[in-house]
Amino acid sequence: MDFWTDPYLFLVNWLQELLVGWGVPAATSAFLLMLTGAFILAMGAMLFVLGLIWFERKIAGRFQDRFGPNRIGPWGIIQPLADMLKIFTKEHITPDGVDLVPYNLGPVLSVAAVLAVWAVLPFTLSLVGADLDVSVLYVVAIGGLGEIAVVLSGWGSNNKYALLAAFRSVAQLLSYEVPLVIALLVPVMLSGSLSLNDIVRGQTLPYVILAPVAAFVFFLTSIAEVGRSPFDLTEAESELVAGFNIEYSGLKFGMFYVADFLHAFTISLLFAVLFLGGWQGPYAVQYPMLGLLWFFLKAGVVYFIGVWMRVSFPRFRIDQMMAISWKLLTPLAIAAVILTALIAKLIPTDGILRTGSLLAANLLLAGCAMLALILNRKKKILKEFPLSAASGFSVKDVTGKTQRSAQ
Amino acid sequence: MTAWTYIGIFLAIALALPAAAIFISWLLGPKKPDPIKRSVYECGIETVGDTWVQFKAQYYIFGLVFLVFDVETVFLFPWAAAYNQLTLFMVLEAILFILILVAGLLYAWRKGALEWV
Amino acid sequence: MNAAQVIFILAAAITLFSALMVVSVRRMMHAALWLIVTLLGVAVLFVLLQAGFFAVVQVLFYVGAIAILIIFAVMLTRQVMSEKAPQLNRGWVAGLGVSAGLMVILALVLRNFPGSTATAVADPSAGNAVALGLAFSDPSGFAIPFEVASILLVAALIGTIYIALERKGGEQ
Repeated sequence: MDFWTDPYLFLVNWLQELLVGWGVPAATSAFLLMLTGAFILAMGAMLFVLGLIWFERKIAGRFQDRFGPNRIGPWGIIQPLADMLKIFTKEHITPDGVDLVPYNLGPVLSVAAVLAVWAVLPFTLSLVGADLDVSVLYVVAIGGLGEIAVVLSGWGSNNKYALLAAFRSVAQLLSYEVPLVIALLVPVMLSGSLSLNDIVRGQTLPYVILAPVAAFVFFLTSIAEVGRSPFDLTEAESELVAGFNIEYSGLKFGMFYVADFLHAFTISLLFAVLFLGGWQGPYAVQYPMLGLLWFFLKAGVVYFIGVWMRVSFPRFRIDQMMAISWKLLTPLAIAAVILTALIAKLIPTDGILRTGSLLAANLLLAGCAMLALILNRKKKILKEFPLSAASGFSVKDVTGKTQRSAQ
Repeated sequence: MTAWTYIGIFLAIALALPAAAIFISWLLGPKKPDPIKRSVYECGIETVGDTWVQFKAQYYIFGLVFLVFDVETVFLFPWAAAYNQLTLFMVLEAILFILILVAGLLYAWRKGALEWV
Repeated sequence: MNAAQVIFILAAAITLFSALMVVSVRRMMHAALWLIVTLLGVAVLFVLLQAGFFAVVQVLFYVGAIAILIIFAVMLTRQVMSEKAPQLNRGWVAGLGVSAGLMVILALVLRNFPGSTATAVADPSAGNAVALGLAFSDPSGFAIPFEVASILLVAALIGTIYIALERKGGEQ
């Protein structure tokens, strides 16, 4: 094939022929190409984080009615690079009594667990790191390794606040993994495969239209898994001081920071793959490099929404967070799975009737959930202010809306 | 098999890159250990006694409920992957499976196992 | 000696070594961490057997849930940060004898088992998740064990909550 239609495949084939021409056996040349590709992908992801940090700081600044960084380089674009150089040369202060292996392994495993997800993402029609047939479960399993990294860091720091914060963080991660995994069942059902590549190819219509409730649950739980606002309790300054990374300085702390931003973008990529159609878009099949552009644009929009949420909402208390996960998101996800399973089987042929009924059922479910939330809130207000009903004030008075005179 | 080979290579590189970066940074940084710098952080006060933590049982209960629901969902993944080839009866079977576990969730909810104490 | 054999020997050696470390290190927390290494080694062995689904499920459950529960349990029952327990109790010679005898018996039984010395041919389509799903749902397949598994899970859930909350109520 031509260089212009698909530069990636062309390059891979050319390199393969070159190596075989030099006398390298075919298996070794494939191995060398895999090694090179993996290295480029990993380095690329880590360097991409610099751009993400700049994007977030600029956008957060604008939301807060100020410029973001704007001194170093045009629009402050070299700022993250300067920060990186600074953090590279800071002293590594190792406190007394730490357990060296867990303490040092924690940040490394944190970054590795996030990077490992990039190996299975389908970037274009032809560019997939590893086309696993169980990619969806692989992504969840790698999240489990990330939890272990948190435990290692918290325990290795020899600091009881770090340990407490690590356990709180793990409790939050565990609680939000349940609705995440249940919501993942819906794209798997609709596409009939556990492979991310097949899920992208199966989306003639993006699944966010067929399963908006599952998409919403997935988005919210992923934000909680990353630990961004409004779910960043374990990093709050007034709680448990900076969480499980209290005793880390210099680049080890920098690695947690990198892992945080990279994870936030990785979940945006996952959302784009699972619900927005991945690399699909105009001309993505004829010119696969355009697929890369569509993919990153979609992920960029989702990342922007994540930053928007971060700068807009106050953070949740730990009991509110747990209540949201177990009492709202898990039943919602389970109901979404049951509804999708029933409707998609009762109307098996693809078409406007199936799309319409799935969409209607999802909207009905969302409506019921909001009704339940409103009724629950009214019940809570009545419990807190029991006299308000008896003395003739309406519940709305307490929430500050309509007024009615007392009797 | 080549897919898993790639995963193995990628995991090795993903572990090696941050480790190499941290190593380079350790080489480049100043090394001036000092007893105050090396003391454990306790909001600015000296630590008294050994560092230990009394742990709430609630963490364990959350972990356990999570385990049960994780197992349930992983049982459902093969069913979901085979969804397009299933009959309505098989879908109802799996919905029965889910409903039994919803009953368990309701029990946990009513008993207060899902409260954060 | 091709690449798969080298990787197998490495993975098996790491698994066995960390299993040994689990039972012989002094601090419980370290034992839990070595257990995580053992479980990851077993996952690599699953991959070598072409059972990718089971490797991923192994990491998901064992490392992501059960190892964390074990760490929680270790934290819950002991002052884990400063803890040095004696490693061997008085009956260790008898224990060693019994385990060695058991290993010899098992090795003899397996050697006489038909087909145990043949090289296994891994079937790439056998560990397929879709096939597993069809087997679970098929009424003449494993549908009844599938439903019973859910009842078992709920029973475990109810049992643990009952015991744990009774204990919490008793303490208060």
